[in-house]
Amino acid sequence: MLLAAESMTQASLAHVLLLAGVLFAIGIAGFLARRNLIVMFLCTELMFQAVIVAMVGFGRWYWDFSGQVFVIFILTVAAAEAALALALVVLLHRRRSTLDAESWTELRE
Amino acid sequence: MIGYAMAITKASAGVPAVPAAEAIMAPELSWAGLILLLPLLSLILCGLCAAAKVTSKLPAVITATALAGAFVTSVFLYLNYQPPGDVIPLLDWMNISWGDGQFESFSANFALYIDSLSLLWIMFVTGLGTLITIYASEYMEPDLGKGYSRFFAGVSVFLFAMAALVLSDNLLMLYLGWEGVGFASYWLIGYYYQRPAAVAAAKKAFIVNRIGDLGLALAVYLIWTTFGTVQYDELMTVLEDGDYRAAFEGWTVSAIPFLLMLAAFGKSAQLPLYVWLPDAMEGPTPVSALIHAATMVTAGIYLVARTYPLFLLEPVSLHVVAWVGGLTALLAATIGMAQYDIKRIMAYSTVSQLGYMFLGLGVLTTYGAAYHVFTHAFFKAVLFLTCGAIMHGFAGQLDLRHLSGLRHMRGWRITAWTMFIGCLCLAGFPFTSGYFSKDAILAEAFVTQGPGFEILGWIAIFTAGLTAYYTFRVWFRVCAGPVAYEPGDELHGEDDHGGEFHPHAPRLAINGVLVLIALGALVAAVPYFMSNTADEHLAGGWVADMVHDSTAREGIPGFHGDAHAGHGDAHPTIFGADPHVAMYWISGTVGMIGLLFAAWLHLWRRSQADAIKAWLLHRAWIGWLPRAMERKWYVDEVYHALIRAPLWILGHILYAFDRFIIDGLLVDSVARIPRGVARCLQPLQSGAVQAMAIVMVGGAAIILLLMALFMQFGWFGGQA
Repeated sequence: MLLAAESMTQASLAHVLLLAGVLFAIGIAGFLARRNLIVMFLCTELMFQAVIVAMVGFGRWYWDFSGQVFVIFILTVAAAEAALALALVVLLHRRRSTLDAESWTELRE
Repeated sequence: MIGYAMAITKASAGVPAVPAAEAIMAPELSWAGLILLLPLLSLILCGLCAAAKVTSKLPAVITATALAGAFVTSVFLYLNYQPPGDVIPLLDWMNISWGDGQFESFSANFALYIDSLSLLWIMFVTGLGTLITIYASEYMEPDLGKGYSRFFAGVSVFLFAMAALVLSDNLLMLYLGWEGVGFASYWLIGYYYQRPAAVAAAKKAFIVNRIGDLGLALAVYLIWTTFGTVQYDELMTVLEDGDYRAAFEGWTVSAIPFLLMLAAFGKSAQLPLYVWLPDAMEGPTPVSALIHAATMVTAGIYLVARTYPLFLLEPVSLHVVAWVGGLTALLAATIGMAQYDIKRIMAYSTVSQLGYMFLGLGVLTTYGAAYHVFTHAFFKAVLFLTCGAIMHGFAGQLDLRHLSGLRHMRGWRITAWTMFIGCLCLAGFPFTSGYFSKDAILAEAFVTQGPGFEILGWIAIFTAGLTAYYTFRVWFRVCAGPVAYEPGDELHGEDDHGGEFHPHAPRLAINGVLVLIALGALVAAVPYFMSNTADEHLAGGWVADMVHDSTAREGIPGFHGDAHAGHGDAHPTIFGADPHVAMYWISGTVGMIGLLFAAWLHLWRRSQADAIKAWLLHRAWIGWLPRAMERKWYVDEVYHALIRAPLWILGHILYAFDRFIIDGLLVDSVARIPRGVARCLQPLQSGAVQAMAIVMVGGAAIILLLMALFMQFGWFGGQA
């Protein structure tokens, strides 16, 4: 079984990492290109998922379940964080009635 | 001394402290702690009065009661003590031992050393303290509710520290008291803290005294390293047994007396450290009388008398003490002759009389010195207190050119005549107390052999004439002659009666105290005629007894017996007579000449005094003399040029170094680095989320790229 796993995953780790890299690149590109707060937030979620995918891939590669355990944790945290971030977006929208990130540049202070 | 054996297991035995239980021989003496406790209690109560904003005379009543209690206790101790005295342990302070050897333990406890010398001192300190507190209760009236509690708290601190100084059984506790009286003196000189002159005087007194304190601290340290103990009784045992002789060849035995001398000269205002005392007159007059005339300034005499055996080990030190004392006496007297401020004249006279006392110590008559301390405490206190009464009544007027004929004025007769008594004693008028005590010193200057002691004796006699002159210059100007006065510039509301000034005469408290202390000054002559109980060969009565029973007596048995060679075989003479007898006539005559000269210039022919002065000032060959005397021999100016100005320049150089090199070059420039870096990076912080994200991503990309490159070339030790 060990041998089978090796032979099978030898190819699939590269695929998994490639998938993760592509997801991450899409996330970064979206985050940099878009001005809408909700879309930007979704892009950060996408980057998150890229990391998760990479972790699953590594966990399988090393035949170690810690990677998958961490995935559960990260998903939980991401869910909580999503609630928080959306609440923030709602509040920001109430202040300025726009979702454009450019309208909050004075927060740099 | 026999009694030193008591409880002393010889320093070499290594048992550090006096065992508390067995030390006390006479149980009555254990009351001695009260002398320290009562002023402390009074200090606390005065502090509470200040906190409660008491506007009555309560603080004065508390302090006077406490001090009277201390005085009664000290008299009680005197009645119950037997020579050679005793050690009363109060509480343990330092008691360290790290071995059995002579230099392997150190103990300095709060313990009181009750012997005749400390009793003599503490009796007049607490007695005069009580009387002067009563005087101050009236004198400080204008400050009722303002500084009144603060003043009496200061007096309590002073009495506590002075009692610790005088009664301590070791040099460390003496040092504590020494610093304590210095602090109390600072506190009380600066009492009128809103007056710049008073603040400056307080600072000056404190700083000049610090120079002497350094000497005392070093001396205490050297005494411990040389003799292995700082407790008097152990110290005397070591000296007596000669245990120190192993260290005798060392330089420390010679250095110790000079360091002690420095301390004494600072506290007792001798050359070259006397300059603080005249300025200390900025304090309230009761303070001048108590601290700067009667008690604190005699602490130097006490220190030398207490450690006298150490001085006898190095005879040169006593010669220096004698010469410094004699020259200070002369210098201060010449300055005093030319001043116009009567309180300042008395201050210089104090410096001068303290010089006599050191002269006495130097020419081997601790008895004469102690007796002069004793009589001087009374007559100088009364002189200061009368000056204070005048100052109080005439709105701060102290210039003898603007006061005249007080003895003819209603309400001022007691002041005038008690001042007269004080002047007689100070001038050494025959059969007054000052006459006997000064003669004891003057005669001994001719008896004891030393470098130029005979010249010193004549200097002292000449100074006695000057003393009589300047003393009676004050009295004839202020108290005699026609009535004439001008008010000073410190008008109280009560003096202002419709634009016309009326001096307000002293009332019961001031007059009563003046009379009592003046009587004391007269009665202080009596001890001279009391019979000697300690040693029938001893002359000088009760005070001589008191000194003889203490560590201050001249010579230690078995050592330096030759220090007193002059006494027995080759007794020098003046004009073919025994100096002790001849001096009665010589000093009496000189005093009378000074007195008559003062009477002629300042009573009978006042106008001629001015004419003579004008004549002197216009003669080039002599004109510099009165001018220099009036300007105090330019000592302050010289100190300013030699010490203050260089220190000022050095201080500014160091300030500039600190400001520009340390702060400017080092500290500020280091701080400028992060600020500069931050200023370069500031534009990146635009606030646009995407812009920041690009920077972040770019940065991360660069790092990743570098890592990849490094890995490629194996710089991380990874696979190449």
